[in-house]
Amino acid sequence: MKVKKFLYSQKVAPYVFVLPFIISFTIFWIYPLISTVTMSFQSILPGQVEFVRLENYTKLLKDKAFHIAIKNSFTYMVWTLILLIPFPMLFAVLVDSNLVKASGFWKAVLYLPSLTSVVISGILFRLMFTEYPTSQMNKLLAFFGNEPMAWLKNGTTGMFALLLLACWRWTGVNMLYFLSGLKGIDASLYESAEIDGANGWEKFRYITIPLLKPTTIYVLTISVYAGLAMFLESYMLWAGNSSPKNIGLTIVGYLYKRGIEKNQLGYASAVGLVLLVIALIINIVQLILNGTFKKEER
Amino acid sequence: MKRKVLSALLCAAMATSLFAGCGGGSDDKSADNAATDDAAAGDDAASDDAAADDAAGDDAAEEEVAEESTEAAPDAVSTVGPDSGTHMEMWSFVEMHNEFYAKMLEKWNEENPDRQIQITFTTYPFGDMHNKLIMALQTGEGAPDLCDIERGQFPNFLQGEPQLYALNDALEPYMADLVQSRFDIYAKDGTYYGAPTHVGATVMYYNDELLSSYGVDYKTIKTWDDYTEAAKKVNEASGGEVKMTSVDTGGTDWLWIAMAEHGEDYTDAEGKVTVPESWNKMLTMQQGWINDGLAIVSPDGQLDTEGGRQAIMDGKIASFPKALWYMSRFLSYSNGELDTMDAPGKWAIAPCPVFEEGQPRSVGIGGTGTVVTNQSVDPALAAEFISYAKCSYDGCVGIWEELGFDVCNTSVWKDTAITQDTSNKYIAFFKTNPFDVLNEIEKEIGAVTVNQNVFVLQDYINVNTLNAIMEDGQDVTEALQEAQDAVDLEQ
Repeated sequence: MKVKKFLYSQKVAPYVFVLPFIISFTIFWIYPLISTVTMSFQSILPGQVEFVRLENYTKLLKDKAFHIAIKNSFTYMVWTLILLIPFPMLFAVLVDSNLVKASGFWKAVLYLPSLTSVVISGILFRLMFTEYPTSQMNKLLAFFGNEPMAWLKNGTTGMFALLLLACWRWTGVNMLYFLSGLKGIDASLYESAEIDGANGWEKFRYITIPLLKPTTIYVLTISVYAGLAMFLESYMLWAGNSSPKNIGLTIVGYLYKRGIEKNQLGYASAVGLVLLVIALIINIVQLILNGTFKKEER
Repeated sequence: MKRKVLSALLCAAMATSLFAGCGGGSDDKSADNAATDDAAAGDDAASDDAAADDAAGDDAAEEEVAEESTEAAPDAVSTVGPDSGTHMEMWSFVEMHNEFYAKMLEKWNEENPDRQIQITFTTYPFGDMHNKLIMALQTGEGAPDLCDIERGQFPNFLQGEPQLYALNDALEPYMADLVQSRFDIYAKDGTYYGAPTHVGATVMYYNDELLSSYGVDYKTIKTWDDYTEAAKKVNEASGGEVKMTSVDTGGTDWLWIAMAEHGEDYTDAEGKVTVPESWNKMLTMQQGWINDGLAIVSPDGQLDTEGGRQAIMDGKIASFPKALWYMSRFLSYSNGELDTMDAPGKWAIAPCPVFEEGQPRSVGIGGTGTVVTNQSVDPALAAEFISYAKCSYDGCVGIWEELGFDVCNTSVWKDTAITQDTSNKYIAFFKTNPFDVLNEIEKEIGAVTVNQNVFVLQDYINVNTLNAIMEDGQDVTEALQEAQDAVDLEQ
């Protein structure tokens, strides 16, 4: 009887419901976060763990490979923002409008790539982008009368391959976010705008975009983090963590390289914390500028 | 009521999915557990195993380079030995190694009825296996009893307090017959942690059929100048279709040869690394070949890769230097059939050219040290077994016959029953007898130190320097200085 009372108590119930989250959050997030901070001040080897104060961080300042990794991750993130927000939004609007027939089909086609495994699609992209004259991309170049090129040995073309993979995979997902945002816009707004004589563009500009803002901010926030934390795509495209002249090295790739491949977990923890700080700064600034933290006007 | 059942079901589903991530993998061996007391019945997943595909190959020239998969899924698992024996786990990154150990295990069990062992062998891709082992040793949990470690990766496992079992006692009975320097590369402060597989003497592989069709006799090539001349001849005669060789952007074999020929090493007494002078000579020469169209850049960075082997098969390159273990790449088994990379009798083996006559003509490259971890159920027994399997005379003969490696016991090199055995697949395949070459250069095989700093330098060279020099035409001296700066950051 007591158990039943406990379970049905309105005071306890909320805590019971959030408990699984709190527990997993504490075990899998809070604890690792604290231990990462500690480890970033240590040198960690089997049987020899010692505090080295700021040594890991001062080394990071001088570490060129790390700077390349930051640059790569940052470039990748900026490009994914440019490519993966406006276009999916446009596609969502089109699919949602009467202009496109068989919209269900297009939704499915665009969404399908995100169901594939990055490991498999990464291998396929690698094969498409090999330097041999027989690879798809070089066949395509040959069709237009160009010489084959070593796609994955050059910074620009390597980044192009990464971005193509990202767009192929994520356009559909972001489109779905925007579609769900569009569903939340009241149709009567469009009707009254029509009565007032607004054309298609004006409706998009003055109704759709402002009312999609919460969705856009959400997509922006997760894209910033996803862009900075990208690892697997690069790992698969270059068949490992080593790309020529580090053109595909990302921050997380570098963390993996130092922590796992070179057995320097302390140094890798410092890399991870720098990533955390960068992502936090960008997102907080972005959220402040977007007015997310402002109290709603009444 | 219905709703209650439904919600209970949902909760259960959520709870299971929460833990789903944790369980996997632990019982992957059970599938094959019932399998085979017969070691030789190894799956054919094996043969693909040599397929290495790490374009930027981490290390000098490992005997095996990383595979493309990123998943930690094992390529093959098999259990050998009686259930009553002490049960152990063993990992390798080469299926052929595991097959060999399985055969030696059967012999061990025949000879030691009171000390039976049962081993579950698992083959993982190169990078995954080393990463898994590092983590297992660091955390003190989940390591196998026995494990292969590639030479270039070995310094990683000697950092701090090595979590490995000392093999000194177990190796002692065999050491006198074996090349001492191969033990030293797996040692720290006089303690031996790895049982060596082979010497890895580097030689030149020449496609004699192709070369003689262009009027080049490989036997007359003694110096790198001769080699460059021959390269010009090949390039002209073939109209640029065939090149003499390919230079690596993801491997340091050529650099090791240059170092050994000049009697240099990159480490000083304190283990500090300096880029050797000889590298400048070698890389300048190679950059010249590229500029003059006498050589290509190795597809996929070096020749022990899918693309590299393809270039050899297609006759795009007529020669290359590799350690003797590369012989096994010419011959592989698929579905029990011998599958050769090229027609027998075409390829010849010879000592490497030198910068100046009289210099030593070879260097030991690659290698696998097999270790016993301190997490083993019976480390002493594991150590005795692996020393027997790899370092006893029978073990060495087995390594040669199964794997085609130049074993550490040099008396095998001179045992005519072995060296003149024309039924041996390697002796039959090559135009020259590998042992003739080996015995000729026996005293000239240089050794290069590999420590943690070397590991850093090689990684940098493979990722940056070689690409910058060969692909972008960066000045050699400048590129090497950048490499030195990068390694100085760590030491």
